[in-house]
This record gives sequence, C-alpha cells and structure tokens, in this order.
Amino acid sequence: MTWIWSNLDLLWDRTLDHLVLSVPPILLSFLFAVPLGWLANRYRLSRGVILTASGLLYAIPSLPLFFVIPAVVGTSLRSPLNLIIALTLYGVALMVRVVADGLASVDKDVRQSAVAVGYSGWSIFWQVELPMAGPVLLAGLRVVAVSTVSLATVGAVIGAQSLGSLFTDGFQRGIQAEIIAGIVLTVALALLLDGALVLLGRILLPWTLLAAAGRRALRVARAAEVSA
Amino acid sequence: MIEFRSVSKQFPDGTLAVDDFSLTLPSHQTTVLVGSSGSGKTTLLRMINRMVDPSAGTIEIDGSDIAALEPVKLRRSIGYVMQNSGLLPHRTVIDNVATVPLLRGVPRKTARTEALSLLDTVGLDRTLADRYPSQLSGGQQQRVGVARGLAVNPNILLMDEPFGAVDPIVRAELQQELIRLQSELGKTVVFVTHDIEEAFLLGDQVVILRDGGRIAQVGSPSDILSNPADDFVASFVGADRGKRALHVERRGGSDILVDTEGRLAGVLVAPTGPEASPDHRAPQ
Repeated sequence: MTWIWSNLDLLWDRTLDHLVLSVPPILLSFLFAVPLGWLANRYRLSRGVILTASGLLYAIPSLPLFFVIPAVVGTSLRSPLNLIIALTLYGVALMVRVVADGLASVDKDVRQSAVAVGYSGWSIFWQVELPMAGPVLLAGLRVVAVSTVSLATVGAVIGAQSLGSLFTDGFQRGIQAEIIAGIVLTVALALLLDGALVLLGRILLPWTLLAAAGRRALRVARAAEVSA
Repeated sequence: MIEFRSVSKQFPDGTLAVDDFSLTLPSHQTTVLVGSSGSGKTTLLRMINRMVDPSAGTIEIDGSDIAALEPVKLRRSIGYVMQNSGLLPHRTVIDNVATVPLLRGVPRKTARTEALSLLDTVGLDRTLADRYPSQLSGGQQQRVGVARGLAVNPNILLMDEPFGAVDPIVRAELQQELIRLQSELGKTVVFVTHDIEEAFLLGDQVVILRDGGRIAQVGSPSDILSNPADDFVASFVGADRGKRALHVERRGGSDILVDTEGRLAGVLVAPTGPEASPDHRAPQ
C-alpha cells in the first residue's frame, strides 16, 4: 500500500495514458462499423464478405499485428498510433456484426410505414433505422469499450505507456502492489467508460427507458379504456 | 377520384397478385376492398401510393397518371394508416403525428400545434402528446396512427386493416369514430379489410375480391346484400348460410330478429337519434 500512496502521480499519469489510448479506438470503431455494418446488412454478398473478414480480423494475434501495422501504415515501430490502429481494427471486428444485426432487427412494419408516409432513402436510415437499432448498437459498443480498455494494456509490450506498463514494471521489479494497482485501475476504467455509455444511452435513447414505465401506464390506460 | 385501368402485378417470384384490375374509386367516399388473404387487396392499396408499382396498366389520381409522379412526394400527399399503427417507437406521440409535415418542411412549432389539434380530432387527450407509442394501448395507438394519416390534410386516406389488431370493443369504437370523422372530413378513403361486417359498416362502395385481385362484385352494401352476384359473394357475405335473411319473432314482449338457421341477430327497435338515417348505416 505504501508503494501506491507514494506513486499516486504515476498511477494517475498511466490512467490518463490509458484513456488516451482506448477512447479513440472506441469512437473510431463505431464510426467505421456503421457504414460497414450497413453494407453488410444491405446486400447478401457483402454480408458474407464483410462479416467473414471482420471475424477473421479478430482472430489475428495482437503481437504480429503490431509489426504489420508500422510496415503498412509507415508509423515508427514504437508509436502509440500502432496500438490505436490495432485496437480500432479489433473494435471494428466486433462492432460490424453488431451494427448489421442491429439494423436487421428493425421492425419491418415500422420501416414499411416510414416508407409509406414518405421518408426518402437516407432519411429512413438516419431517422428510423439507426435510432431504432440504438439499443443493440449501445450493447455492442459497451462490449467494445470494455474489451478495448482491457486490450490496451498489451501496449506496454510495444512501449506504449498505459496501465499495462504497471504490470510489466511490477513483474520486472517484483512490486506486487504495482501489479494489483494496474489490474484494479484497468477494471475501474472499464467500468467508468461502460457507465458513461449507459448514461449516454439514457440521454440519446429515452424511449427504451420508458419501456417498463410504459407497460405500467398501459395497464392504467387499458383499465380507463374499458371503463370509458 | 382514383382510377385503376387494367392493372396487373406480378411479383418477382412469379405470383400474380393482381390480374387485370379496373375500378373507379369516387372522391369523398369510402371504398372498402374486402377479400381473404391472397386476394391482392393490400397490393392494390399499396399501388395507390406507389409502395408497389404495377407490372401493367395505369393508375390515375384526379386524371393524372401516378407513374409520372415522384413516389416520395406522392406518399407525403396521401394519408396512410396501417395495422399495428406503424408508429415510430422512438418518437413521442406528438412527433409521430407531426412526422409528415416535418418531412415536408413545415416549421416545428406550427407542426406541433397542428398535431395537438389533430389529437383532439381523433379523440385523444392532449396529455398523451409526450408519451411514447409503447406507453399507449392498442386503441390509442391506432388513433395516433389515424391522426398521423390526417396530418398533411390529404385528399386520400389509405387504411390497411387499421383495426385488425385491436379487441372487438375497441374496434367497434374506432369504427364509429372513423364514420364520424369521415362525415366531417369527407376524404377519399380506401379501406382494406377481410371482415365483411366492417366493410358493410364503413363502405359507401364495397369491392369483394377473389384470388388475384379479380372483382367478384362491386356495389353499395345494400346492393350486395340484396343481390349477391354469384355463389362466391353469397358465401362471402354469409347469405348462403341464411345469415342475411332475417325474420321477426315475437318473444317475451320484444321483436327479435332471427336468421334462417335460428341464430338471434338482434332486436327490432324504432330508429332514434342522429344515426337514424335511411341509408345502410341505420341500425339493422
């Protein structure tokens, strides 16, 4: 414990580093996954190709990826950018299927009625399909957020400072408190981001919150309707 | 006025949903397309707002061929009400009603004010305006659906089995509400149902369809009841089973109407109130 109290600055710095490494991949994977997922949901051929490719992407071990990315992108071997790119790839791999499934889950009747009242092609996507897929997308994004925070610790191996550095450093120097602090902080950070997403969902998807309240109101309304 | 001229529709899988259908639907009246599933009634309805385009033939609205009109623009000028309301679950009641005006570029404030008064029109309390559809009962959702259909003040209102998914008591209430609305608004209503009772109640003109959108009979409810064109129509309206041939029996001090098979159909009473009119909507 004494190690922790005397190294609070270090823990805070590594937590911030970790945040800087994990937040961009979470946002980027969402941004890339939406058009890819849309494409996968739109045509049967593209569905097979995109979903298989994204599944394979997730199967690539991270260490070789850290050497492939600099070669392809032209970044230096020790750039934190490599980690951000790798984590984005993993996030996209998870998220594409979620987006495709989320869009496919949109009620056909609702979609059809949107067409019937005069929504045009893209407005159906932005104003009907995407918001209605919202709860599924949010669930997927929460998995991506937690897994990205956990995966980002690997960055320590290639020199990207993160909470993972606390594990490697703790192992090398035999400081058990440092290792435990690294684990606890990683979990805490994952929970924090998860909580932030849940909060964001409540703000952006208010109707899902009301589902339970709605069922209650419905019973009252039914009773009123029958007695009327 | 809506005119179908030799309209056919073959779907890509080969099904001939509609085969050489011709019909005139007069303005400001309710035309009910009634038939069992596979009769092509919904396909016919969806051709009017170009959700489905015919494989052959033309459809004209007030003399202009709708094939020349832009589908999205056409749809925004026609009210559409469907089964299970088809409301957007992520929009509040008021935003659902204001949907089409907003799409047409009406300012938000105006659209909402008008939507509120439409809630009055369809008999919904304004306090429901900020609820989500899932918080309403089936009957209330259908009323919101009707309000949305009326929101752009369309000349034509398409209704695809709108009361099919609500219980009989609420359905009867909604049917009466539609009759009231129609007497006030005088829209050209095209109504699809498989329920012949509903067709006779609501329709000025009733179209009985066989498979493939072939017309078995067109006429007013009383025409069809008194002169079924053939055995198919007679069986569809229940005339062949004696359901429509009623006689009066005096029982316990009341005049009871009884059909040929002995089923009790109702009580004979003197016409009263505003509904006492000589047309088919008088109590039977």
